Amino acid sequence: MTDSLPAVAFWLLAAAALGGAIMMMVTRNVVHAAFWLMEVMTAIAGIYLLLSAEFLALVQVLVYAGAVSVLMLFVIMLTLRRREDAIRSFEPGWGGAALAALFTGVILAALTRFEPTIALMPDVAPGIEEFGREMFTFWILPFEIASLVLLTALVGAVWWAGGGERE
Amino acid sequence: MTIGLTHLLVLAAALFGIGTYGVLSRKSAVMVLMSLELMANAVNINLVAFSRFVTPEAMTGQFFAVFSMVVSAAEIGLGLALVLAIYRQKRSVELEEFQELKG
Repeated sequence: MTDSLPAVAFWLLAAAALGGAIMMMVTRNVVHAAFWLMEVMTAIAGIYLLLSAEFLALVQVLVYAGAVSVLMLFVIMLTLRRREDAIRSFEPGWGGAALAALFTGVILAALTRFEPTIALMPDVAPGIEEFGREMFTFWILPFEIASLVLLTALVGAVWWAGGGERE
Repeated sequence: MTIGLTHLLVLAAALFGIGTYGVLSRKSAVMVLMSLELMANAVNINLVAFSRFVTPEAMTGQFFAVFSMVVSAAEIGLGLALVLAIYRQKRSVELEEFQELKG
């Protein structure tokens, strides 16, 4: 690894992520939007790989590009009565667009004044073994709490989504 | 031209802005949840980028990103379950239908 990211790979992945996100907003078909979201997630996994976060890239593909997108598709399919319902009417939402543009503009303006103390990428990047060791020593308590959060969310999701004849 | 921390921050800001636009403008509950995921991902890019450039040995940002992923996975599961539960009552996922609290 040199002291900077591979430029070509970064530009390709950034274009894929941004283009996918824009297409997700442009398309009027909800199913297409879910697939564009999947593409964005995969491009972000590539960016994690560039940043030598291999574990995060794997988790990104498994959780976001895999599980979350499939969950989205399931809910879209379950809540559509006809195939034509997937095509939505044009919703520009100018107010929302203005607010989002303002917000992004402020952040970008702040970033132009931002001078990172470390302009070049440090050479050292611990591998996945070091990550696992840290995870199960220093971060063990947050890890267990995260497991509890996921368990609670699982039970809650089943409780909400299932059991239609309860009431 | 070398790719630095600022490039990644700009990318994340742009993705976050697109996600914000989606959350504010879409009228389908599922689309709003999808845009929320986009915003969460943009934040994770920031965390990982700062981790890689500022504290590469400690990997603090990577762990933060892992826990942020856990929380947003839980959030999306619950959100979609809620959408399904509401759909069963209203037969619709349009946000305009959910106006019981409107005064």
